[in-house]
Amino acid sequence: MREQQAGSGSGRTTAEAFEIKVGLAEMLKGGVIMDVTTPEQARIAEDAGAAAVMALERVPADIRREGGVARMASIEVIEAIQRAVSIPVMAKCRIGHVAEARVLEALGVDFIDESEVLTPADDAHHIDKHPFRSPFVCGARNLGEAMRRIGEGAAMIRTKGEAGSGNIVEAVRHLRAVTGEIRSLAASPPEELMARARDLGAPYELVRQVARSGRLPVPNFAAGGIATPADAALCMALGAEAVFVGSGIFKSEDPAARARAVVRATTHWKDPEEVLAASRGLGSAMPGIEMETLAEHERLAKRGW
Amino acid sequence: MVNSGPTAPRVGILAVQGDVGAHAGVLEALGCEATEVLREKDLDGLEGLILPGGESTTISRGIERLRLAGPIRSFAASGGRILGTCAGAILLAREVENHPVACLGLLDVVAVRNAYGTQVDSFATRPDPGGAPELADLDLVFIRAPRLRRPGPGIEVLLRHEGWPVLVREGRIWAATFHPELRGDSRVHRRWLGEALSG
Repeated sequence: MREQQAGSGSGRTTAEAFEIKVGLAEMLKGGVIMDVTTPEQARIAEDAGAAAVMALERVPADIRREGGVARMASIEVIEAIQRAVSIPVMAKCRIGHVAEARVLEALGVDFIDESEVLTPADDAHHIDKHPFRSPFVCGARNLGEAMRRIGEGAAMIRTKGEAGSGNIVEAVRHLRAVTGEIRSLAASPPEELMARARDLGAPYELVRQVARSGRLPVPNFAAGGIATPADAALCMALGAEAVFVGSGIFKSEDPAARARAVVRATTHWKDPEEVLAASRGLGSAMPGIEMETLAEHERLAKRGW
Repeated sequence: MVNSGPTAPRVGILAVQGDVGAHAGVLEALGCEATEVLREKDLDGLEGLILPGGESTTISRGIERLRLAGPIRSFAASGGRILGTCAGAILLAREVENHPVACLGLLDVVAVRNAYGTQVDSFATRPDPGGAPELADLDLVFIRAPRLRRPGPGIEVLLRHEGWPVLVREGRIWAATFHPELRGDSRVHRRWLGEALSG
């Protein structure tokens, strides 16, 4: 065990701590982060070129099918996956569940996903992420939500998409919302930024920073519904800097081949010939779900605010 | 990528995966033209090649799939400059002690991956005294960093931290186990490019 106290962030200044957290997110750019539930799956993901794995007890498609309360994965599952691979290991905690997050930090996971895929522990508040040494990634459907999470200390933003659906439409909606709102902010004169901060429900200083730089201060990844190499290439073309693939790999017919193919398409998203080559001979993708067939209460993206 | 005059040196960044954009930012601040390398032909006419930070297994798989190991070794043999940071340093090593990946073997050191632990053990610091004087106050950012061991006789150690080599060179091949590209400080890139910048 490390000498630092879990959740204390000791030994680093605030700015330096944040920079180190964002640093790992920078290193994951251009990569694919894959959901895995066993050490064997983790090794398949690593062999295929995944930049990181997300250690889970059930992939989102199964959480959706089986129902019940979805919690942080068991310690044994996470530890077995940590032992199996040398790439970063992420794990999910419930929204607002600071104690689960502290356990994950004490386990030394490389990134904590405060995730709407699990059943929220707090329906009003997310975790204060600044005091942690572990970096956090959080989902967002639009710029205001992304900035609230960054304000709380998230070092990476991902779209929520609609996890476990195999349907890319929500991730596309969320990516377009974030990038479109950033473009609009960057075109706003300074005197309008306070009103924009009010409308976005976002911290004013962050609004000013994004208006000035034209980008989020942390990497912006895509997640939720990515099932094919072309889905990954689409997200990259829409401005995502890396992709998370949840159920899309290990709910498909040939996970190893699909994992390699999604990695290849993410690297070469600008090159249709490469995406074409990556798309050949993969067998069937995971079954998908039409958004219209999902009742409001079945939509995971609505969790959190 | 922008900010290049007609005589700006062209420097490539291996773009399989990793913090390609951070390196491009430093290169452009130095007046270089930064280009992405994914093919053998992308190496033509480059003053230098950067192997960025990222995941070394991911990048090494990409190098294999794209059959770039031979062309990168030829680029080095013909006098091309190469800078590897973190994952890039691992790929340049002659071997990796743990969690092996396919190395290029262009630098006579042994790499130890994730030598400091996981991300909660990542840190920022300053180099030990006694290194390259103009880099003495450089901020060193270590992210899941490797260590370099058993340097061969041709290796010049420019910076150390707690005794371990963290910035080394062997002729025109340079490796940093930290991330000189993350703080917007261009001194390491400037020294690595040397006369290519003034010429």
